[in-house]
Amino acid sequence: MSDEEYILRVEDIHKKYGNSEVLKGVSFNVKKGETLVFIGPSGTGKSTLLRCINQLTVPEQGNVYLRDEEVTNSGAGINYFRQKIGMVFQNFCLFDHLSAVRNVEIALIKVRGMKPEEAREKALYELRQVGMEEWAEHYPAELSGGQAQRVSIARALAMDPDVILFDEPTSALDPELTREVLEVMKKLAQAGMTMLVVTHEMGFACNVANRILFMENGKIVEEGSPTDLLENNESSRTRQFVGGLVMGED
Amino acid sequence: MDNLTFIAEILLPALLTGLVVTIQLIVVSAPFGILAGIGVAVGRTYGGKIPSFLCKVFVMFVKGCPLLLLLFILYFTLPSIGITFTAFQASVIGFIMCNAAYNSEYIRGAIKSVKEGQIIAARSLGMTKYQSIFYIVLPQALRRAIPGLSNEFIYLIKYSSLAFMLTLVELTGAGKLIATKYFTYTETFIFVGAIYLVLVTITTIGAGMIEKKYAIPGAQGR
Repeated sequence: MSDEEYILRVEDIHKKYGNSEVLKGVSFNVKKGETLVFIGPSGTGKSTLLRCINQLTVPEQGNVYLRDEEVTNSGAGINYFRQKIGMVFQNFCLFDHLSAVRNVEIALIKVRGMKPEEAREKALYELRQVGMEEWAEHYPAELSGGQAQRVSIARALAMDPDVILFDEPTSALDPELTREVLEVMKKLAQAGMTMLVVTHEMGFACNVANRILFMENGKIVEEGSPTDLLENNESSRTRQFVGGLVMGED
Repeated sequence: MDNLTFIAEILLPALLTGLVVTIQLIVVSAPFGILAGIGVAVGRTYGGKIPSFLCKVFVMFVKGCPLLLLLFILYFTLPSIGITFTAFQASVIGFIMCNAAYNSEYIRGAIKSVKEGQIIAARSLGMTKYQSIFYIVLPQALRRAIPGLSNEFIYLIKYSSLAFMLTLVELTGAGKLIATKYFTYTETFIFVGAIYLVLVTITTIGAGMIEKKYAIPGAQGR
Protein backbone atom coordinates (compact mmCIF):
# COMPACT_ATOMS: atom_id res chain seq x y z
CA MET A 1 0.00 0.00 0.00
CA SER A 2 1.41 3.36 -0.92
CA ASP A 3 1.49 6.12 1.65
CA GLU A 4 -0.88 8.17 -0.44
CA GLU A 5 -3.71 5.73 0.05
CA TYR A 6 -6.20 6.17 2.84
CA ILE A 7 -5.57 4.28 6.06
CA LEU A 8 -9.08 4.92 7.37
CA ARG A 9 -12.23 5.49 5.38
CA VAL A 10 -15.51 6.50 6.96
CA GLU A 11 -18.56 6.38 4.70
CA ASP A 12 -21.99 7.80 5.32
CA ILE A 13 -22.34 7.07 9.05
CA HIS A 14 -25.84 7.48 10.46
CA LYS A 15 -26.65 7.09 14.13
CA LYS A 16 -29.94 7.61 15.93
CA TYR A 17 -30.70 7.67 19.63
CA GLY A 18 -34.44 7.13 19.88
CA ASN A 19 -35.98 9.67 17.55
CA SER A 20 -33.07 12.09 17.40
CA GLU A 21 -30.59 11.51 14.64
CA VAL A 22 -27.16 12.34 16.06
CA LEU A 23 -25.16 11.59 12.93
CA LYS A 24 -26.75 12.32 9.58
CA GLY A 25 -24.38 10.80 7.10
CA VAL A 26 -20.76 11.55 7.94
CA SER A 27 -17.99 10.63 5.51
CA PHE A 28 -14.29 11.39 5.44
CA ASN A 29 -10.97 9.75 4.66
CA VAL A 30 -7.72 9.80 6.58
CA LYS A 31 -4.23 9.38 5.20
CA LYS A 32 -1.49 7.71 7.19
CA GLY A 33 0.18 10.16 9.54
CA GLU A 34 -2.57 12.76 9.34
CA THR A 35 -4.00 14.52 12.35
CA LEU A 36 -7.66 15.42 12.00
CA VAL A 37 -9.28 17.69 14.54
CA PHE A 38 -13.06 17.70 14.95
CA ILE A 39 -14.56 20.82 16.37
CA GLY A 40 -18.07 22.15 16.72
CA PRO A 41 -20.81 22.87 19.24
CA SER A 42 -21.63 20.32 21.96
CA GLY A 43 -24.15 17.67 21.03
CA THR A 44 -23.27 17.62 17.35
CA GLY A 45 -22.16 14.01 17.43
CA LYS A 46 -18.37 14.36 17.50
CA SER A 47 -17.85 11.85 20.30
CA THR A 48 -20.50 9.54 18.88
CA LEU A 49 -18.67 9.64 15.56
CA LEU A 50 -15.41 8.49 17.19
CA ARG A 51 -17.27 5.68 18.95
CA CYS A 52 -18.84 4.60 15.69
CA ILE A 53 -15.38 4.22 14.19
CA ASN A 54 -14.31 1.50 16.65
CA GLN A 55 -17.88 0.26 17.02
CA LEU A 56 -18.24 1.02 20.71
CA THR A 57 -21.41 2.54 19.34
CA VAL A 58 -22.88 0.66 16.41
CA PRO A 59 -24.17 2.95 13.66
CA GLU A 60 -27.42 2.13 11.89
CA GLN A 61 -25.93 2.80 8.52
CA GLY A 62 -22.57 3.42 6.96
CA ASN A 63 -19.21 1.70 6.79
CA VAL A 64 -15.77 2.11 8.24
CA TYR A 65 -12.68 0.65 6.59
CA LEU A 66 -9.24 0.32 8.12
CA ARG A 67 -6.58 -0.38 5.49
CA ASP A 68 -9.39 -1.49 3.14
CA GLU A 69 -10.75 -4.04 5.61
CA GLU A 70 -14.27 -3.46 6.82
CA VAL A 71 -14.50 -2.60 10.52
CA THR A 72 -18.28 -2.33 10.54
CA ASN A 73 -20.12 -5.66 10.33
CA SER A 74 -16.92 -7.49 11.27
CA GLY A 75 -18.53 -9.65 14.00
CA ALA A 76 -15.98 -11.01 16.44
CA GLY A 77 -13.26 -9.55 14.20
CA ILE A 78 -14.01 -6.21 15.83
CA ASN A 79 -11.71 -7.15 18.71
CA TYR A 80 -8.83 -7.22 16.24
CA PHE A 81 -9.73 -3.83 14.77
CA ARG A 82 -10.07 -2.30 18.22
CA GLN A 83 -6.43 -3.16 18.90
CA LYS A 84 -5.54 -1.30 15.74
CA ILE A 85 -7.77 1.68 16.56
CA GLY A 86 -6.67 3.02 19.94
CA MET A 87 -8.89 5.24 22.00
CA VAL A 88 -8.24 7.88 24.64
CA PHE A 89 -11.16 9.05 26.75
CA GLN A 90 -12.12 12.33 28.36
CA ASN A 91 -12.15 10.70 31.81
CA PHE A 92 -9.00 8.63 31.16
CA CYS A 93 -10.82 5.39 32.08
CA LEU A 94 -7.68 3.81 33.48
CA PHE A 95 -8.34 0.50 35.19
CA ASP A 96 -8.62 1.59 38.81
CA HIS A 97 -7.30 -1.62 40.36
CA LEU A 98 -4.13 -1.79 38.29
CA SER A 99 -0.88 0.16 38.55
CA ALA A 100 0.12 2.34 35.61
CA VAL A 101 2.37 -0.30 34.10
CA ARG A 102 -0.26 -3.03 34.58
CA ASN A 103 -2.80 -0.77 32.87
CA VAL A 104 -0.54 -0.62 29.84
CA GLU A 105 0.48 -4.27 29.74
CA ILE A 106 -2.79 -6.06 30.54
CA ALA A 107 -4.19 -5.97 27.02
CA LEU A 108 -0.80 -7.01 25.63
CA ILE A 109 -0.94 -10.12 27.79
CA LYS A 110 -4.64 -10.96 27.65
CA VAL A 111 -5.49 -9.82 24.13
CA ARG A 112 -2.24 -10.17 22.24
CA GLY A 113 -1.03 -13.18 24.23
CA MET A 114 2.37 -11.63 24.83
CA LYS A 115 4.67 -13.12 27.47
CA PRO A 116 4.54 -11.16 30.77
CA GLU A 117 8.24 -10.15 30.67
CA GLU A 118 7.97 -9.00 27.08
CA ALA A 119 4.75 -7.10 27.83
CA ARG A 120 6.34 -5.42 30.86
CA GLU A 121 9.26 -4.26 28.76
CA LYS A 122 6.97 -2.84 26.09
CA ALA A 123 4.71 -1.21 28.69
CA LEU A 124 7.69 0.52 30.31
CA TYR A 125 8.87 1.67 26.89
CA GLU A 126 5.47 3.23 26.15
CA LEU A 127 5.36 4.87 29.58
CA ARG A 128 8.77 6.35 28.84
CA GLN A 129 7.35 7.79 25.59
CA VAL A 130 4.81 9.79 27.58
CA GLY A 131 7.21 10.64 30.41
CA MET A 132 5.53 8.40 32.95
CA GLU A 133 8.08 5.64 33.47
CA GLU A 134 8.87 6.76 37.01
CA TRP A 135 5.21 6.42 37.90
CA ALA A 136 4.92 2.86 36.60
CA GLU A 137 4.09 1.33 39.96
CA HIS A 138 1.57 3.98 40.96
CA TYR A 139 -2.18 3.47 40.84
CA PRO A 140 -4.63 5.71 38.95
CA ALA A 141 -5.95 7.22 42.18
CA GLU A 142 -2.42 8.39 42.97
CA LEU A 143 -1.95 10.22 39.66
CA SER A 144 -2.94 13.72 38.61
CA GLY A 145 -5.39 14.01 35.73
CA GLY A 146 -2.61 14.89 33.31
CA GLN A 147 -0.50 11.94 34.41
CA ALA A 148 -3.47 9.59 34.18
CA GLN A 149 -4.23 10.79 30.67
CA ARG A 150 -0.60 10.26 29.63
CA VAL A 151 -0.76 6.70 30.97
CA SER A 152 -3.94 6.14 29.01
CA ILE A 153 -2.19 7.37 25.87
CA ALA A 154 0.62 4.89 26.60
CA ARG A 155 -2.00 2.17 27.02
CA ALA A 156 -3.39 2.94 23.57
CA LEU A 157 0.09 3.16 22.02
CA ALA A 158 1.13 -0.21 23.42
CA MET A 159 -1.22 -2.01 21.04
CA ASP A 160 0.69 -0.53 18.06
CA PRO A 161 -2.44 1.05 16.64
CA ASP A 162 -2.79 2.36 13.09
CA VAL A 163 -4.99 5.20 14.33
CA ILE A 164 -5.70 6.71 17.74
CA LEU A 165 -9.03 8.35 18.54
CA PHE A 166 -8.91 11.10 21.16
CA ASP A 167 -12.30 11.91 22.67
CA GLU A 168 -11.93 15.33 24.32
CA PRO A 169 -8.68 14.22 25.98
CA THR A 170 -8.14 17.45 27.88
CA SER A 171 -11.67 18.52 28.75
CA ALA A 172 -11.39 17.21 32.31
CA LEU A 173 -8.06 18.95 32.93
CA ASP A 174 -6.99 22.37 34.11
CA PRO A 175 -4.86 24.49 31.71
CA GLU A 176 -1.53 23.38 33.14
CA LEU A 177 -2.35 19.68 32.94
CA THR A 178 -3.90 20.25 29.52
CA ARG A 179 -0.56 21.54 28.29
CA GLU A 180 1.37 18.43 29.36
CA VAL A 181 -1.13 16.17 27.60
CA LEU A 182 -1.21 18.27 24.43
CA GLU A 183 2.58 18.17 24.30
CA VAL A 184 2.55 14.40 24.30
CA MET A 185 -0.07 14.45 21.55
CA LYS A 186 1.90 16.94 19.50
CA LYS A 187 4.98 14.74 19.78
CA LEU A 188 2.94 11.76 18.63
CA ALA A 189 1.60 13.65 15.64
CA GLN A 190 5.09 14.74 14.68
CA ALA A 191 6.30 11.15 14.98
CA GLY A 192 3.77 10.22 12.31
CA MET A 193 0.91 8.73 14.32
CA THR A 194 -2.46 8.99 12.62
CA MET A 195 -4.80 10.76 15.01
CA LEU A 196 -8.44 11.79 15.13
CA VAL A 197 -8.99 14.34 17.86
CA VAL A 198 -12.20 15.79 19.22
CA THR A 199 -11.21 18.88 21.16
CA HIS A 200 -11.99 22.48 21.96
CA GLU A 201 -8.28 23.34 22.12
CA MET A 202 -7.99 25.72 19.19
CA GLY A 203 -4.28 26.25 19.72
CA PHE A 204 -3.69 22.55 19.25
CA ALA A 205 -6.02 22.46 16.25
CA CYS A 206 -4.19 25.32 14.52
CA ASN A 207 -0.68 24.10 15.23
CA VAL A 208 -0.97 20.37 14.89
CA ALA A 209 -3.98 19.52 12.71
CA ASN A 210 -3.51 18.76 9.04
CA ARG A 211 -7.22 19.22 8.63
CA ILE A 212 -10.00 20.65 10.75
CA LEU A 213 -13.48 19.18 10.33
CA PHE A 214 -16.21 21.41 11.63
CA MET A 215 -19.30 19.50 12.68
CA GLU A 216 -22.77 20.85 13.32
CA ASN A 217 -26.10 19.05 13.69
CA GLY A 218 -24.68 15.63 12.90
CA LYS A 219 -22.88 16.66 9.73
CA ILE A 220 -19.48 17.86 8.65
CA VAL A 221 -20.25 21.37 7.44
CA GLU A 222 -16.74 22.57 6.70
CA GLU A 223 -13.44 20.89 6.19
CA GLY A 224 -9.99 22.17 5.39
CA SER A 225 -6.55 23.07 6.65
CA PRO A 226 -6.41 25.41 9.66
CA THR A 227 -5.19 28.19 7.38
CA ASP A 228 -8.05 27.71 4.94
CA LEU A 229 -10.74 27.72 7.58
CA LEU A 230 -9.44 30.27 10.01
CA GLU A 231 -7.37 32.75 8.04
CA ASN A 232 -8.25 32.79 4.35
CA ASN A 233 -11.99 32.50 4.66
CA GLU A 234 -13.48 35.34 6.66
CA SER A 235 -17.04 34.09 6.55
CA SER A 236 -16.36 30.45 7.38
CA ARG A 237 -18.69 28.87 9.92
CA THR A 238 -15.63 27.55 11.71
CA ARG A 239 -14.25 31.00 12.09
CA GLN A 240 -17.53 32.32 13.47
CA PHE A 241 -17.63 29.47 15.96
CA VAL A 242 -14.05 29.96 17.05
CA GLY A 243 -14.56 33.69 17.26
CA GLY A 244 -17.53 33.02 19.49
CA LEU A 245 -15.38 30.81 21.70
CA VAL A 246 -12.78 33.48 22.18
CA MET A 247 -15.37 36.19 22.75
CA GLY A 248 -17.21 33.98 25.19
CA GLU A 249 -14.05 33.38 27.16
CA ASP A 250 -13.31 37.07 27.48
CA MET B 1 -17.65 -35.96 88.93
CA ASP B 2 -16.67 -32.34 89.41
CA ASN B 3 -17.12 -29.62 86.88
CA LEU B 4 -13.54 -29.50 85.68
CA THR B 5 -13.34 -33.20 85.01
CA PHE B 6 -16.65 -33.02 83.15
CA ILE B 7 -15.43 -30.15 80.99
CA ALA B 8 -12.00 -31.60 80.27
CA GLU B 9 -12.92 -35.24 79.77
CA ILE B 10 -16.43 -35.20 78.37
CA LEU B 11 -17.58 -31.82 77.15
CA LEU B 12 -14.51 -30.56 75.27
CA PRO B 13 -13.73 -33.81 73.43
CA ALA B 14 -17.36 -34.03 72.31
CA LEU B 15 -17.47 -30.41 71.22
CA LEU B 16 -14.17 -30.84 69.41
CA THR B 17 -15.62 -33.70 67.38
CA GLY B 18 -18.62 -31.50 66.58
CA LEU B 19 -16.39 -28.56 65.74
CA VAL B 20 -14.51 -30.68 63.21
CA VAL B 21 -17.80 -31.41 61.43
CA THR B 22 -18.80 -27.74 61.56
CA ILE B 23 -15.47 -26.72 60.04
CA GLN B 24 -15.78 -29.39 57.36
CA LEU B 25 -19.22 -28.05 56.45
CA ILE B 26 -17.91 -24.49 56.21
CA VAL B 27 -14.70 -25.30 54.37
CA VAL B 28 -16.54 -27.32 51.74
CA SER B 29 -19.47 -24.90 51.36
CA ALA B 30 -17.82 -21.48 51.44
CA PRO B 31 -15.58 -21.66 48.33
CA PHE B 32 -18.41 -23.02 46.19
CA GLY B 33 -20.76 -20.48 47.73
CA ILE B 34 -18.47 -17.69 46.56
CA LEU B 35 -17.80 -19.19 43.13
CA ALA B 36 -21.48 -19.87 42.52
CA GLY B 37 -22.29 -16.41 43.86
CA ILE B 38 -19.93 -14.88 41.28
CA GLY B 39 -21.50 -17.02 38.58
CA VAL B 40 -25.04 -16.01 39.52
CA ALA B 41 -24.11 -12.33 39.78
CA VAL B 42 -22.36 -12.34 36.38
CA GLY B 43 -25.20 -14.36 34.86
CA ARG B 44 -27.74 -11.89 36.14
CA THR B 45 -25.82 -8.81 35.06
CA TYR B 46 -24.37 -9.87 31.72
CA GLY B 47 -26.01 -13.19 30.86
CA GLY B 48 -28.65 -12.06 28.41
CA LYS B 49 -32.34 -12.73 28.79
CA ILE B 50 -32.64 -16.40 29.69
CA PRO B 51 -29.58 -16.93 31.95
CA SER B 52 -30.35 -13.66 33.68
CA PHE B 53 -33.93 -14.77 34.31
CA LEU B 54 -32.83 -18.18 35.61
CA CYS B 55 -30.35 -16.59 38.00
CA LYS B 56 -33.04 -14.24 39.24
CA VAL B 57 -35.46 -17.10 39.84
CA PHE B 58 -32.76 -19.03 41.71
CA VAL B 59 -32.08 -16.09 44.00
CA MET B 60 -35.78 -15.50 44.58
CA PHE B 61 -36.35 -19.17 45.36
CA VAL B 62 -33.54 -19.35 47.89
CA LYS B 63 -34.43 -16.02 49.48
CA GLY B 64 -38.05 -17.05 49.78
CA CYS B 65 -37.41 -20.48 51.23
CA PRO B 66 -36.40 -20.94 54.88
CA LEU B 67 -33.02 -22.66 54.90
CA LEU B 68 -34.30 -25.38 57.18
CA LEU B 69 -37.08 -26.15 54.72
CA LEU B 70 -34.56 -26.23 51.88
CA LEU B 71 -32.47 -28.74 53.83
CA PHE B 72 -35.55 -30.87 54.55
CA ILE B 73 -36.43 -30.87 50.86
CA LEU B 74 -32.91 -31.91 49.89
CA TYR B 75 -32.69 -34.64 52.52
CA PHE B 76 -36.23 -35.97 52.95
CA THR B 77 -38.10 -35.09 49.74
CA LEU B 78 -35.62 -35.74 46.97
CA PRO B 79 -35.24 -39.47 47.80
CA SER B 80 -38.87 -39.89 46.73
CA ILE B 81 -37.80 -39.00 43.19
CA GLY B 82 -34.73 -41.19 43.43
CA ILE B 83 -32.11 -38.59 44.45
CA THR B 84 -30.48 -39.55 47.72
CA PHE B 85 -27.90 -37.53 49.61
CA THR B 86 -26.13 -38.22 52.87
CA ALA B 87 -26.87 -35.72 55.64
CA PHE B 88 -23.48 -34.08 55.00
CA GLN B 89 -24.05 -33.81 51.25
CA ALA B 90 -27.56 -32.44 51.66
CA SER B 91 -26.34 -29.86 54.19
CA VAL B 92 -23.47 -28.74 51.98
CA ILE B 93 -25.71 -28.39 48.93
CA GLY B 94 -28.24 -26.37 50.93
CA PHE B 95 -25.54 -24.15 52.38
CA ILE B 96 -23.93 -23.56 48.99
CA MET B 97 -27.29 -22.59 47.49
CA CYS B 98 -28.11 -20.22 50.31
CA ASN B 99 -24.61 -18.74 50.48
CA ALA B 100 -24.44 -18.34 46.70
CA ALA B 101 -27.79 -16.58 46.48
CA TYR B 102 -26.92 -13.97 49.08
CA ASN B 103 -23.31 -13.60 47.92
CA SER B 104 -24.56 -12.99 44.40
CA GLU B 105 -26.56 -9.99 45.61
CA TYR B 106 -23.50 -8.41 47.23
CA ILE B 107 -21.42 -9.08 44.14
CA ARG B 108 -24.12 -7.82 41.78
CA GLY B 109 -24.32 -4.56 43.70
CA ALA B 110 -20.55 -4.24 43.55
CA ILE B 111 -20.51 -4.95 39.81
CA LYS B 112 -23.05 -2.17 39.27
CA SER B 113 -20.84 0.23 41.22
CA VAL B 114 -17.90 -0.25 38.81
CA LYS B 115 -17.81 2.72 36.47
CA GLU B 116 -19.12 2.05 32.98
CA GLY B 117 -15.98 3.56 31.46
CA GLN B 118 -13.92 0.66 32.79
CA ILE B 119 -15.62 -1.88 30.56
CA ILE B 120 -15.72 0.54 27.61
CA ALA B 121 -11.97 1.12 27.93
CA ALA B 122 -11.38 -2.63 28.10
CA ARG B 123 -13.48 -3.24 24.99
CA SER B 124 -11.67 -0.40 23.20
CA LEU B 125 -8.40 -2.31 23.67
CA GLY B 126 -9.84 -5.36 21.94
CA MET B 127 -10.87 -7.37 25.00
CA THR B 128 -13.91 -9.57 24.56
CA LYS B 129 -16.91 -9.01 26.79
CA TYR B 130 -15.88 -11.86 29.07
CA GLN B 131 -12.25 -10.75 29.25
CA SER B 132 -13.46 -7.31 30.33
CA ILE B 133 -15.68 -8.87 32.98
CA PHE B 134 -13.06 -11.23 34.38
CA TYR B 135 -9.95 -9.06 34.20
CA ILE B 136 -11.41 -5.61 34.76
CA VAL B 137 -14.86 -5.61 36.35
CA LEU B 138 -14.73 -8.56 38.73
CA PRO B 139 -11.38 -7.74 40.35
CA GLN B 140 -12.80 -4.34 41.27
CA ALA B 141 -16.26 -5.60 42.20
CA LEU B 142 -14.99 -8.42 44.41
CA ARG B 143 -12.85 -6.00 46.38
CA ARG B 144 -15.91 -3.91 47.08
CA ALA B 145 -17.93 -7.00 47.97
CA ILE B 146 -15.49 -8.23 50.64
CA PRO B 147 -17.39 -6.74 53.61
CA GLY B 148 -20.66 -8.23 52.39
CA LEU B 149 -19.09 -11.58 51.58
CA SER B 150 -17.47 -11.82 55.00
CA ASN B 151 -20.84 -11.05 56.54
CA GLU B 152 -22.35 -13.92 54.59
CA PHE B 153 -19.47 -16.18 55.66
CA ILE B 154 -20.34 -15.40 59.26
CA TYR B 155 -23.97 -16.31 58.62
CA LEU B 156 -22.74 -19.58 57.13
CA ILE B 157 -20.80 -20.38 60.31
CA LYS B 158 -23.97 -19.95 62.29
CA TYR B 159 -26.49 -21.57 60.00
CA SER B 160 -24.25 -24.61 59.68
CA SER B 161 -25.88 -25.59 62.99
CA LEU B 162 -29.04 -26.40 61.02
CA ALA B 163 -27.26 -29.52 59.74
CA PHE B 164 -28.09 -31.03 63.13
CA MET B 165 -31.73 -31.14 61.97
CA LEU B 166 -30.57 -33.60 59.30
CA THR B 167 -29.03 -35.78 62.04
CA LEU B 168 -25.52 -34.47 61.47
CA VAL B 169 -23.77 -34.01 64.81
CA GLU B 170 -21.91 -30.76 64.32
CA LEU B 171 -20.93 -28.30 67.06
CA THR B 172 -24.41 -27.28 68.24
CA GLY B 173 -25.65 -30.85 67.90
CA ALA B 174 -22.74 -32.25 69.89
CA GLY B 175 -23.45 -29.70 72.60
CA LYS B 176 -27.15 -30.53 72.63
CA LEU B 177 -26.48 -34.27 73.02
CA ILE B 178 -24.06 -33.74 75.91
CA ALA B 179 -26.32 -31.21 77.60
CA THR B 180 -29.28 -33.56 77.49
CA LYS B 181 -27.34 -36.60 78.58
CA TYR B 182 -25.60 -34.97 81.55
CA PHE B 183 -28.18 -32.28 82.25
CA THR B 184 -25.53 -29.55 81.93
CA TYR B 185 -27.28 -27.02 79.73
CA THR B 186 -25.64 -23.90 81.15
CA GLU B 187 -21.98 -24.96 80.98
CA THR B 188 -22.38 -26.70 77.66
CA PHE B 189 -24.13 -23.92 75.80
CA ILE B 190 -21.75 -21.30 77.21
CA PHE B 191 -18.88 -23.29 75.73
CA VAL B 192 -20.68 -23.83 72.41
CA GLY B 193 -21.45 -20.12 72.19
CA ALA B 194 -17.86 -19.22 73.01
CA ILE B 195 -16.54 -21.44 70.23
CA TYR B 196 -18.87 -19.80 67.66
CA LEU B 197 -17.72 -16.42 68.91
CA VAL B 198 -14.10 -17.45 68.32
CA LEU B 199 -14.91 -18.66 64.80
CA VAL B 200 -16.71 -15.41 63.99
CA THR B 201 -13.90 -13.32 65.44
CA ILE B 202 -11.30 -15.15 63.37
CA THR B 203 -13.43 -14.59 60.26
CA THR B 204 -13.84 -10.90 60.98
CA ILE B 205 -10.11 -10.42 61.52
CA GLY B 206 -9.31 -12.50 58.43
CA ALA B 207 -11.72 -10.52 56.26
CA GLY B 208 -10.20 -7.28 57.53
CA MET B 209 -6.74 -8.52 56.57
CA ILE B 210 -7.91 -9.57 53.11
CA GLU B 211 -9.60 -6.21 52.61
CA LYS B 212 -6.42 -4.41 53.61
CA LYS B 213 -4.20 -6.62 51.47
CA TYR B 214 -6.26 -6.00 48.34
CA ALA B 215 -7.00 -2.33 48.99
CA ILE B 216 -6.15 -0.21 45.96
CA PRO B 217 -3.44 2.34 46.80
CA GLY B 218 -4.68 5.90 46.79
CA ALA B 219 -8.32 4.84 46.53
CA GLN B 220 -9.16 4.58 50.24
CA GLY B 221 -12.49 6.03 51.13
CA ARG B 222 -13.65 6.25 47.54
